[in-house]
Amino acid sequence: MNDRPPHLAVALDGAGWHPAAWRDQEAPGALFTAAYWADLVAEAERGLLDFVTLEDALGPQSAAPHRPDDRTDQVRGSLDAVLLAAFLAPLTRHIGLVPTVNVTHTEPFHVAVGIATLDHASKGRAGWRPQIASRAADAAHFGRRTTPQLTDDDLRDPELIAARLRPLFAEAVDVVEVARRLWDSWEDDAEIRDTATGRFLDGAKLHHVDFEGARFSVKGPSITPRPPQGQPMVASLAHASTPYEFAARGSDVVFVTPADRVDVGAVLAQVDGAVARVGRNVRDRPLRRFAEAVVFLDDEPGAAARRKERLDALDGTEYTSDAVLFTGTPGELADLLLDWHAAGLDGFRLRPGALPHDLGAITRRLVPELRRRGAFRTAYAPGTLRDRLGLPHPRNRYAPED
Amino acid sequence: MTRTPSGRNGQSPRQIRLAAQLPGVHNVTVWSDPRSTSQISVDNFARLARTAERGRFDFFFLAEGLRLREHKGAIYELDVAGRPENLTMLAAVAAVTTHLGVAATVNATFNEPYEVARRLATLDHLSGGRAAWNVVTSHDAFTGANFRRGGFLAEADRYGRAAEFLATARELWDSWARRDLSADPVSGRFARAGAGAFAHHGRHFDISGRFTTPRSPQGRPVIIQAGESEAGREFAASDAEVVFSKYHRLDEARAFYRDVKGRLARYGRAPEDLLIMPAASVVVADTDAEAAAYADEITRAQVSPQTAIAHLEAVWGRDLSAYDPDGPLPDVEPEPESQFLRGHSVFRKGRAETARRWRALAEERGLSVRELVIEVGGGQTFVGSPRTVADAVDHFVRSGGADGFVFAAHLTPGGLDDFVDRVVPLLQERGVLRRDYTGTTLRHHLGLRPAPDTGRRTGSTGESEHTSSTGRTGADKHTSHEATAAAAATGESS
Repeated sequence: MNDRPPHLAVALDGAGWHPAAWRDQEAPGALFTAAYWADLVAEAERGLLDFVTLEDALGPQSAAPHRPDDRTDQVRGSLDAVLLAAFLAPLTRHIGLVPTVNVTHTEPFHVAVGIATLDHASKGRAGWRPQIASRAADAAHFGRRTTPQLTDDDLRDPELIAARLRPLFAEAVDVVEVARRLWDSWEDDAEIRDTATGRFLDGAKLHHVDFEGARFSVKGPSITPRPPQGQPMVASLAHASTPYEFAARGSDVVFVTPADRVDVGAVLAQVDGAVARVGRNVRDRPLRRFAEAVVFLDDEPGAAARRKERLDALDGTEYTSDAVLFTGTPGELADLLLDWHAAGLDGFRLRPGALPHDLGAITRRLVPELRRRGAFRTAYAPGTLRDRLGLPHPRNRYAPED
Repeated sequence: MTRTPSGRNGQSPRQIRLAAQLPGVHNVTVWSDPRSTSQISVDNFARLARTAERGRFDFFFLAEGLRLREHKGAIYELDVAGRPENLTMLAAVAAVTTHLGVAATVNATFNEPYEVARRLATLDHLSGGRAAWNVVTSHDAFTGANFRRGGFLAEADRYGRAAEFLATARELWDSWARRDLSADPVSGRFARAGAGAFAHHGRHFDISGRFTTPRSPQGRPVIIQAGESEAGREFAASDAEVVFSKYHRLDEARAFYRDVKGRLARYGRAPEDLLIMPAASVVVADTDAEAAAYADEITRAQVSPQTAIAHLEAVWGRDLSAYDPDGPLPDVEPEPESQFLRGHSVFRKGRAETARRWRALAEERGLSVRELVIEVGGGQTFVGSPRTVADAVDHFVRSGGADGFVFAAHLTPGGLDDFVDRVVPLLQERGVLRRDYTGTTLRHHLGLRPAPDTGRRTGSTGESEHTSSTGRTGADKHTSHEATAAAAATGESS
């Protein structure tokens, strides 16, 4: 049972999570403009949400989860999520900014300094969601390695998917570890500006990270001073034992996908099991557990379901998701969230089915409803994203104990 | 040499191009001055960029360094350090500016085309067409130790890789034509079938698939390069749209300018298709005398006694900490084989020759170590009253020495305030600097041609394709000197 009110995040992706959502937009060509994203994140901040996540991938969207398709009637194309988050940083003041970052094909050093820079640019509101490359076709965009090709058979079960991708998860653990070391590689007081000795830096307070892993090594130190949060928030999405362990090793927040109230307990038990297996002490290093839901919200009973059906018809298929699909009124969603929260979840990442409609319904209808029930903040408290999530300011692993 | 009017986009002839840089390394930044504050605060990047925009500059520029420099086996402590990831910080800068170009240095050695092309296209989308890319290369294992790729790339290969990298990036940008994104709810078509399809099979890159970022406002970001060698000049003439140079003495600058512009015709390009912008510094005060005194003060602050010895050690390749910076040069000989300063390209090559030159200069003029390092550093470029500086800047451009300048601010973030507040209005009065922006894209500001929206191309065969498309044949002949020139020009390490 939780005594803290639930955290609330939204997952922004294209025109929304329904593949036909763009067809309800007034100007769907604006998906790649700054104004579109600035408006969305301003709305999320108006709703006092904890953070927004920004989806990303190093390959095009597809109706098939494991291979490219040739559909022309769905949103195809995207912007780099870290740059998008950085652009949004000066336009916002409180909301956390959490881009998805591929860790299979990218350079860990660039990723780490990019997130550190996002934390500086947002003054302590950065997080990231490290993501492995689950689509083998994306590897050809880089031409440096191949990655496992999922089969239709694998898709039946998240455990089969995770098993096939296990080497990529192991490497992702290393990427997160390197990022965390690089963020600590400058002690907070490394910059001394000592005119007597002519020294801007105290080199003793900068540290080589000397990481050597199975697939890469990084010498360090970072080129970027320690980010304001010390350690920007790390979040990951998990549906199976291997990704639960990944989260247990390196994440501060894990997004899970229970199917219903009963399943919440089962999923959280699996997360707890993974935490125990990797020997994580959650008193020192809390792991916040957020449930995912794709949401279609309308005030009038039945309207949201009808809207989804209409979008399904436009798309030609019934939209399904790895997360629970909710269609209903904001009041009904508030009921569900508080019920699930009571089962032990720390918060929720809601995926708006269609933008901007379902985001507005979250910020202007759901949030006031939760607030009426004493279950959501009435103003942002000062502080970093870590502070908001109740994550302690981490000690620098390289600083001497005192 | 006659200046060619850059009459494109309705701009009057002889517009001076201006860029502002926030230096992230080297001894340009006078950190000992209390007016110099954080090197990493977003507010300082925003402040300097807005100053540049107020001064109607063309773009804001960040250089790159992917490993902290080390001296005598330890982190180099004397200069400012601690910089952002360029593209990420420039995305934030784009949010707080409306017209100013944002130019990122991004290394072609420790990156891959798909990701870089996508990130630059993203910056171009978010900024509404203001992105530029300064293409640099690196080969050293020292920097490579921070990367998966490591430092295995042969030195001779890195320019071949850079040229193919750039050609590949262009193929990716061109893989979406403007019309490929229809986003038409009525017909239900979002994108053309096959939009973003690409295939590049070359020596350095063998990649294929779908590019995921639709065509950005500029189509292709502006390409910047720095190079002084024969091969570097040829690369600039064939592929770059802005060249940074280190030449701020008018005679040298004119020779470089004439030479590089003279190469353009061979590639079917006009003189105004490539802009030459030397790195420069500027010191403004009420009178020439006051400015001269302030310039001396800045230069001495940039070359502290410790910095003087460190620079000498970098050239000599041996520990000289026992020597007096205010005394004569050491009597010991250099050890050109030992490398004292790593991650710093300026003193990487030709150190024996540099040491001979420095010793001769010191003996001829009776200079101390510190005086020598100040002397060879060149001091400040434009020094004087607002009118004197405006005259000198205008004269330099009018005389065919440059199309404009990259001004590095010696104070972060206020180092260009005096120039913008006091010199810019004089340049505007003369009609050589815009009073207001007349367009929205960086290409427009610079009077550059729009990138061709050619639509989807079929797969290329890599170097042979892009070589023939530009008429260039010497991509692999690029030598190591560009990095030195680039570093000198931008005041940065590789």
